[in-house]
Amino acid sequence: MRAGVRLGFILLLAPLVLWLALLIVIPHIDMFLVSIRERVGVRQYQTSFANYLTFFQEPLYIWTFIRTAVMSVLATVITLLIAFPVSYYIAKIAKGRLQQVLFMLCLIPFYVSELVRTFGWMILLRETGIFSNLLQWAGLADQPVEMLYNDAAIMIGLVYTSMLFMVVPLTTTLESLDDSVIEAGYDLGGNGLSVLREIVIPHAAPGIVSGSIVVFMLSLGNYLTPIMLGGKDSLWFTEMIYNQFIVRFNWELGAAFGFMLLFLSSVIVWGMLKLTGQTLEKTMG
Amino acid sequence: MIPSIPQPRALRLAYSAYVLLFFLYLALPLTVVAVFAFNDSQFPSLPWQGFTLDWFFGDSRPKIGVFHERGILRAIGTSLFVAVFVSALSVAVGTTNAFLFNRYDFRGKGLLYILMLLPLVIPGIVLGISILVFSSTVANGVWDAAKVDIQALRPGLVLVILGQFSFIATIATLVISARLQKFDRTLEEAALNLGADRLTAVRTITIPFLAPAMIGALVVAFLMSFENFNTTLMLVGSDAPLTIAMFDRLKEGSTPLLNAVSLLLMLGSSLLALLVIVFQRRG
Repeated sequence: MRAGVRLGFILLLAPLVLWLALLIVIPHIDMFLVSIRERVGVRQYQTSFANYLTFFQEPLYIWTFIRTAVMSVLATVITLLIAFPVSYYIAKIAKGRLQQVLFMLCLIPFYVSELVRTFGWMILLRETGIFSNLLQWAGLADQPVEMLYNDAAIMIGLVYTSMLFMVVPLTTTLESLDDSVIEAGYDLGGNGLSVLREIVIPHAAPGIVSGSIVVFMLSLGNYLTPIMLGGKDSLWFTEMIYNQFIVRFNWELGAAFGFMLLFLSSVIVWGMLKLTGQTLEKTMG
Repeated sequence: MIPSIPQPRALRLAYSAYVLLFFLYLALPLTVVAVFAFNDSQFPSLPWQGFTLDWFFGDSRPKIGVFHERGILRAIGTSLFVAVFVSALSVAVGTTNAFLFNRYDFRGKGLLYILMLLPLVIPGIVLGISILVFSSTVANGVWDAAKVDIQALRPGLVLVILGQFSFIATIATLVISARLQKFDRTLEEAALNLGADRLTAVRTITIPFLAPAMIGALVVAFLMSFENFNTTLMLVGSDAPLTIAMFDRLKEGSTPLLNAVSLLLMLGSSLLALLVIVFQRRG
């Protein structure tokens, strides 16, 4: 029996270890090794930090990196601001069937490919698109207006595409907030604002953190939305990684870029967890 | 701001209006994609040229419908192929992981659990390139050592499947673990007392209990695989799954054909989603 338990344990452990080792841990170590080698001849390499130096010395790379980070943070904040009232409405104000239906309606767009959602925004925003035509029809514009291929369009796309990942955790945490706690807040002389600040938001903190982490990650790592809505010069960092790997075949520099992206996302996620006293197991698990 | 606390009428109305606006915003892009699939024009944009089903059933240029467009049909086939493998693999590994984390205490368990969560916070494109780099390191190593070229380790469907599996397995693990945690272990002990061996007890008692979560995870994994773009983009070879094929076409300029494909995708995935809900109601 002891031997049986031990065998069972090993059989269950094997797939997990194989998966994590072969597809996550070793590939990342290998990618790091590739990023710290420099091509000095045909199939001849030496270890150096030249690729990282290139990254820090070329203003375009640094600028794109910072720009991607700032825009992703901004997208996260905007998503949170738009989603919070909606989640609160679904969790606390809508009741019964309406509540279920509203929650389902939030989910539907995200069963559809991101490509389709982005395509929808292209149809709306392009020069010959719906909004442009609408403006002309209303007399607010006398010629077609191009609303695609700018930062605002990228932002609209990013916010839309990550909305679900904010609404769902927020709604779930807000649902667990007892109505009587809110009532008590009012009874004790609080008004809407102070109840929100001192009861609702602290209670929703785990949801806010996990939603924000996911939205930030999705924006930072997004390739489709910036390319399609921002056009060729959208200056998104994932695009630089793609170009180094697939277009220029410079894997060394591409791997270094990949690591910078991973580093940035880890730092921000870690910082967000530390700042709010949450752990990865609690927010994701 | 809850129903039992009176609020000014204007405020309540404004709030409801905001929520309504939000849902319009959610529906807007999908609605236009769907509507323009029926526009009798070369471009998915205004003006409206009249209703047509040609973008679904048309069989002559310039309006070849989805059902006669070889490239798209093949891409759908490729996506289905990938999704079936990814979802089956993910659910299998997710189930063993759930048992491992739920039933055993061992050294390094906490570390493994965190490692298991990591794929969720690694950008998809980074997952893609790291697997690309590693697989070609292995392939080159094998070539140098034995002059054997392992095609499976070059960009292609095998790598796409592995790349998608690398993070979808985490989601399957979480979904299945959540249900396993609610399982009452005395039921299993009862089966053991009644003379069943461990494997029989798990097979006849625990697995049926887990079935709704396993099917839910299967469908979610299937949809995530079907939709995946970032990881797939870095690992794709000559056979492009649907999202990649559509992206390539979109870069060259769009026709309502893409709207028609998108509408079919929406219908397909809503149907699957509905199935999950029905199934979970019963489970």
